[in-house]
Amino acid sequence: MEAVINNLIFLGRIAIDRVSAIGRSGMILMHAIIARPDPLTSFPLLIRQLYSVGVLSMIIIIVSGLFIGMVLALQGYNILVDYGTEQAVGQMVALSLVRELAPVVTALLFAGRAGSALTAEIGLMKATEQLSGMEMIGVDPLRRIIAPRFWAGFISLPILTMIFSAVGIWGGLLVGVEWLGIYEGSFWSNMQNSVDFFDDIGNGLIKSLVFGLVVTWVAVFQGYDSVPTSEGISQATTKTVVYSSLAILGLDFILTALMFGDL
Amino acid sequence: MDFFDDIIIDIKQLTFSRGDRYICKNIDIRIPRGKVTAIMGPSGTGKTTLLKLIGGQLKPDSGSILLDGDDIPRLSRSELFDVREKMGMLFQSGALFTDMTVFENVAFPLRVHTKLPQDMIRDIVLMKLQAVGLRGAAELMPSELSGGMGRRVALARAIVLDPALVMYDEPFTGQDPIAMGVLVNLIKKLNQALGHTSIIVSHDIKETLSIADYIYIIADADVIAHGTPEELQQNDSEQVRQFMCGLPDGPVPFHFPANDYETQLMGGVDGSGN
Repeated sequence: MEAVINNLIFLGRIAIDRVSAIGRSGMILMHAIIARPDPLTSFPLLIRQLYSVGVLSMIIIIVSGLFIGMVLALQGYNILVDYGTEQAVGQMVALSLVRELAPVVTALLFAGRAGSALTAEIGLMKATEQLSGMEMIGVDPLRRIIAPRFWAGFISLPILTMIFSAVGIWGGLLVGVEWLGIYEGSFWSNMQNSVDFFDDIGNGLIKSLVFGLVVTWVAVFQGYDSVPTSEGISQATTKTVVYSSLAILGLDFILTALMFGDL
Repeated sequence: MDFFDDIIIDIKQLTFSRGDRYICKNIDIRIPRGKVTAIMGPSGTGKTTLLKLIGGQLKPDSGSILLDGDDIPRLSRSELFDVREKMGMLFQSGALFTDMTVFENVAFPLRVHTKLPQDMIRDIVLMKLQAVGLRGAAELMPSELSGGMGRRVALARAIVLDPALVMYDEPFTGQDPIAMGVLVNLIKKLNQALGHTSIIVSHDIKETLSIADYIYIIADADVIAHGTPEELQQNDSEQVRQFMCGLPDGPVPFHFPANDYETQLMGGVDGSGN
């Protein structure tokens, strides 16, 4: 009987911890979103974060986009050529990228590259008392540290997604047209006829906005809420990558069902 | 004139706990204005926690902390940030912003809280760095400083707004004798020159006794003694004497509470539960 009660207490404690963590993360998100910006100080901070979160992530996004586009074209060609429809490679590459692969893969790469860096940076600032120091100087770290990082992530991810798509399509063009000899006019015209600006590109962008919000929210919260020790920061960084990746894949299914599932 | 004719901080019936453990229980502390007050006690007795409570970084379970009439635990978040302009704090780690130079670290509070022109900010920062002997290090990054230099830069940052209250969290810990002497001297001179109130949390007895005007000793979640350095050195309490003379065993035991030693040794892995 006592073991059952102890197990119930244990489960209850876990549930309370989880709910209170969700509550704390909600408070942080609210503070980051409603923080009254001071253009003179906030704008330079945002620009600096856009550079470290967005610009520095471009290399991995461009290289990944290029290879994924090339692989898609190669695989697509090998299947489509059996049916004599290899001219549709451009259409297949573009739709796969803008609807699905670009938002999801960019978000996963972003979580691994920028999300983990954000968590580690904020966690280390907490461990070295920089956040406490800022509070004691009379500066709210949620406004000064969290808000610019949150907005930088939210703005960067859709732009990185567009870059991923563009580079991926170019990779598809290299393989499909330059290497495998598909007629370039068909490659582009099939793509132009089948890709709808609002239904495909628009929905892909909505996905990347949602992923940007979730990944950056998870990253800044895990950093801000981390235990200020080396082990605590390591755990927080791992949690950022795991939780973000799972959230991206789960939300992708829900969003895809809502956007393309004819529900 | 009595020390407590003019007090800047009045802590009344303050209680703070972590889980089941009381860090402080119904304690009363008064900090006289313009003096150096030390809060001393063995490690782990909640001295730093007390500073965080005064700074509003932690909320007490009950009690009040009046800073010039403002009850810190009951202030809103924005009111608290306004009140903190009156405070400066030197953290144990220095807490310098690692992405800024020494100059920018010291200039940071001025840039945030004042609309002073660049020339004036530059002059004030250089004056504060000169006061701590690090004007020549203005363009260095925090990673290029030694521990003692980092602590002095943090001190310059803590006093750059000329706050009414400066709190020092273990300022002497981990310093070599020269750096420690420099810090003791600086804290004393700055307090006299700028006229602010200083609260020093420390367990370095010799250094603290040499600069403190009044001392509180905290142990077992309570204030066990308070008075001037001379009064405390005459104190007969066993607990106070153990701390002041640095005796290894006494009311504050050397051993952390544990099961019976023999039973644990003879019990093996299963018997001890370890």
